[in-house]
Amino acid sequence: MKKIRVLLNGLIRENPVLVLVLGTCPTLATSTSVKNAVGMGLAATFVLLGSNVVISMLKKIVPDKVRIPCFIVVIATFVTIVSMLLQAFVPPLYSALGIYLPLIVVNCIILGRAEMFASKNPVLDSALDGIGMGLGFTLTLFMMSSIREIIGSGTWMGIKLYSGIQPMSIVTLAPGGFFVFGCLVALVNAITKGRVRKKQKNGCAGCPSAAVCNGEEKGECQA
Amino acid sequence: MKEMMVILVSAILVNNFVLAKFLGICPFLGVSQKLDSAMGMSIAVTFVMAMATAATYPIQKGILERFGLEYLQTIVFILVIAALVQLVETILKKYVPTLYKSLGIYLPLITTNCCVLGVTILNITKQYTFAQSMVNSVGAGLGFMLAMVIFSGVRSRVEASDKIPEHFRGLPITLIAASIVSVSFMGFTGVVEGLFH
Repeated sequence: MKKIRVLLNGLIRENPVLVLVLGTCPTLATSTSVKNAVGMGLAATFVLLGSNVVISMLKKIVPDKVRIPCFIVVIATFVTIVSMLLQAFVPPLYSALGIYLPLIVVNCIILGRAEMFASKNPVLDSALDGIGMGLGFTLTLFMMSSIREIIGSGTWMGIKLYSGIQPMSIVTLAPGGFFVFGCLVALVNAITKGRVRKKQKNGCAGCPSAAVCNGEEKGECQA
Repeated sequence: MKEMMVILVSAILVNNFVLAKFLGICPFLGVSQKLDSAMGMSIAVTFVMAMATAATYPIQKGILERFGLEYLQTIVFILVIAALVQLVETILKKYVPTLYKSLGIYLPLITTNCCVLGVTILNITKQYTFAQSMVNSVGAGLGFMLAMVIFSGVRSRVEASDKIPEHFRGLPITLIAASIVSVSFMGFTGVVEGLFH
């Protein structure tokens, strides 16, 4: 029962993008088409699963002071593996994701989970947490990219949905990314009536702006 | 010279790192509430971007490419950047304490900032020379600064308003404001061709 809860945690209650607000850069950048977004989500899931398992195994060996550099090396190794696999087997996706593929290394979700979960929990739980968080990330990317691709290019997974109406191409450009993301977060706020965000501490440990945002004392991220 | 100007202007305005490429969104949303912290963060980012490019470019050309180790790029770059940030922090603390006081708290955040790793990798993939890479990095940093400063102004007006719908308060309205600022940056799209051709 507890294991299932760990797995489902990342999908809804602690959704990394919409609730914890981590990993915004790849979410905004790769959600222009469903194929790219799902590819990005699965690549990040693979990295999360691998790094969570390895970091959880190493948690007693790595000294506390150098843990962050060690985590980064483990994560970078898995990112390199993923990008080599994609380059070999799915070259179109590799070139579409471009610079955002190596940037999975600095995705706050992965370092955040390593710091908050994998370095404190046993291997199996960490693996489940990695899968759950990764699927939560993929699900959000899937939702957001569906909205953007349908409105912005009139297609879904490359299938033409309607003709006659000019698609609003600004939705697939940069401003549309911010706008759709803002609306989705507002939707989550409305559905949960703000309970989820307030009840739990947002992942300040994994947030790169934690030191200057002072949100940690209030138990809530201001971002 | 003209080529350098093209790279600089397009890095600042057309391909703005935050508003067009979505790199460095975390500090853009997290540190843009006050003008001073927005400025401090952007100066630190510009500084580290230039330093990181100066360090990673020779490593890529002299070591990784010479020995056919390009696949180690991601690991090497992130470690070099992390070590560099630590080194800069230590040096500033010892020799320039005044500067450390104003930039110090921002430096550790920059290691995991995607725009620093992003700019070093972009310089390599775009096959820039060393001088072009440096110009591109400084331009990207200045573009980051411009976006941060403009957005901190917009944000203080948004926060002063009390007519925002309940569910949009906080992050959602900030993102929608960012979307409108991003629309204004789309106006620069043709500016490079217009100025230099």
